[in-house]
Amino acid sequence: MPSLPDIMTPDAEALARAAGKGKGAPLEAGSPEHDLFTGLTRLGDNTLILGHRVSEWCGHAPVLEEDIALANMALDLIGQTQLWLGLAGEVEGHGRSADDLAFLRDAWHFHNVLLVERPNRDFGHTLMRQFLFDAWHQPMLRALEDSADDRIADIARKAGKEVAYHLERSADLVIRLGDGTEESHARMQDALDRLWPYVGEMFHADEVDVRLAHEGVMPDPAGLRPTWDATVDEILAESTLARPEGDFFHKGGRQGRHTEHLGHLLAAMQWLQRAYPGAKW
Amino acid sequence: MYAQMVKSEATNDDPEKLAAFQARIDANEKIEPKDWMPEGYRKTLIRQIGQHAHSEIVGQLPEGNWITRAPTLERKAILLAKVQDEAGHGLYLYCAAETLGISRDEMTEMLLSGKMKYSSIFNYPTLNWADIGAVGWLVDGAAIMNQVPLQRTSFGPYSRAMIRICKEESFHQRQGYDIMMKMARGSPEQKEMAQDALNRFWYPSLMMFGPSDKDSVHSAQSMAWKIKINTNDELRQKFVDQTVPQAEYLGLTIPDPDLKWNEEKGGYDFSEPDWSEFYDVLKGNGPCNRDRIEARQEAWEKGRWFRDALVAHAEKRAARRVAAE
Repeated sequence: MPSLPDIMTPDAEALARAAGKGKGAPLEAGSPEHDLFTGLTRLGDNTLILGHRVSEWCGHAPVLEEDIALANMALDLIGQTQLWLGLAGEVEGHGRSADDLAFLRDAWHFHNVLLVERPNRDFGHTLMRQFLFDAWHQPMLRALEDSADDRIADIARKAGKEVAYHLERSADLVIRLGDGTEESHARMQDALDRLWPYVGEMFHADEVDVRLAHEGVMPDPAGLRPTWDATVDEILAESTLARPEGDFFHKGGRQGRHTEHLGHLLAAMQWLQRAYPGAKW
Repeated sequence: MYAQMVKSEATNDDPEKLAAFQARIDANEKIEPKDWMPEGYRKTLIRQIGQHAHSEIVGQLPEGNWITRAPTLERKAILLAKVQDEAGHGLYLYCAAETLGISRDEMTEMLLSGKMKYSSIFNYPTLNWADIGAVGWLVDGAAIMNQVPLQRTSFGPYSRAMIRICKEESFHQRQGYDIMMKMARGSPEQKEMAQDALNRFWYPSLMMFGPSDKDSVHSAQSMAWKIKINTNDELRQKFVDQTVPQAEYLGLTIPDPDLKWNEEKGGYDFSEPDWSEFYDVLKGNGPCNRDRIEARQEAWEKGRWFRDALVAHAEKRAARRVAAE
């Protein structure tokens, strides 16, 4: 036998198209659509992953009022995720919904900053992570209200109202715990020191940011730093916490290179969708 | 029904005052916190409202178990909102109990030390996603059976809390049923999950009403005081009659071979749950008793520094204000 017979079906190409339905060709790197899709998933993945982390507290917070407040915050963040990832799917144009993007991408396609995937640890660490993020999130949304893309400006206006309250709350608790007991002060300082190396990434622009800023679609994150510094310095002073020295920061999350923690988070979050493909819930 | 087997307290009050109090209840007047009330009424209500509040708090755990694995963003948001509502119910109920002269911290310590109970149902695990549907449909459904009549209970703050809570619970029940519909009409695996959830939650839901109390002196006293409105058997029958057609609509089978319509009584005949299992669960031998109470103890212990710090900060602030004046 000179060779095996060809076992391909004659309609292989049509089958391949059907199998890949909803996938389409990937957006070309550097194209405006790709940049916009990337920018939107960065926003939506931040809120998704932080919302997920916050929701892990459900039923375990130190006091009933905190259980209620954390659930509220997680709800806001998940709601914002639906808007950002919904728009990202629309921009991509391959028929992927917010759920498809949340539950069916693997870790290297997530674009959140590393800060938000850091594990909860104690309640003080959770609050400090929230404060450092909120102090960035609020001016980011404020800048996005002026986006040249009306769809982005609309989402930013809606989310901005919620996030203004998040910042007010997390800042207030950082003050009260920083300037509380000796133990609470030590815990909050430890949380700040641990999280500090994840701050810089929020302001570190790459070429996608530069192009989006040039088009007036999203701000250059580096420009948000002075506002963030002013907020954080004021709150840290009042909370009697010391701003850590050093400006080293871990990065890569926004480009899809994550810590080990994200994979475990996604394993829990995506499990049902992965285990029962195509099921409706 | 989140309060089970609440024993009424004996009362040794002045018979004249007692008669006047009973007359107010019989005239459907609301008793308010500052009104005179028999000690037995006060203590029974603290036990009953406290147990209900604790059930809301412990009840966050079996549902919270699926928040991080909810299959869509919308389902995650709905579940988060539901668990948040439950924490809110706990808060109103603790406030209602506090008007009777006990603090939330005291009640919490009693829960954590095992001196106060929560509903037996929360000692069962949530093992697949359809359990979240079944908890809404069956557990909230059973709770509503008892809570709707309690909107007319004689104690004002409890009645007002129930009115708010019932609105939200009925919404939860519909959401739970919605999950069951999706599952029962979904893939074969989803239908299997739905049937499995019903199989496991059916009898524990029937147990939520407590054993028959038609001959119980405690129940008779509570009913005279209008802090209990119906007998356990009446409520259980009503629940079964309401739920069976819903299960049929879903195409699911109630795990009771003896379940059948009884034309004469206008309701279903059904099998009693295994009451020895119920007493085991009350004694601490349910599948999750230890896990549930340990989770609450851990949250309380690990949160101590947080609560202490808020108090310390408030004191510092007050001292600074005084110094500045």
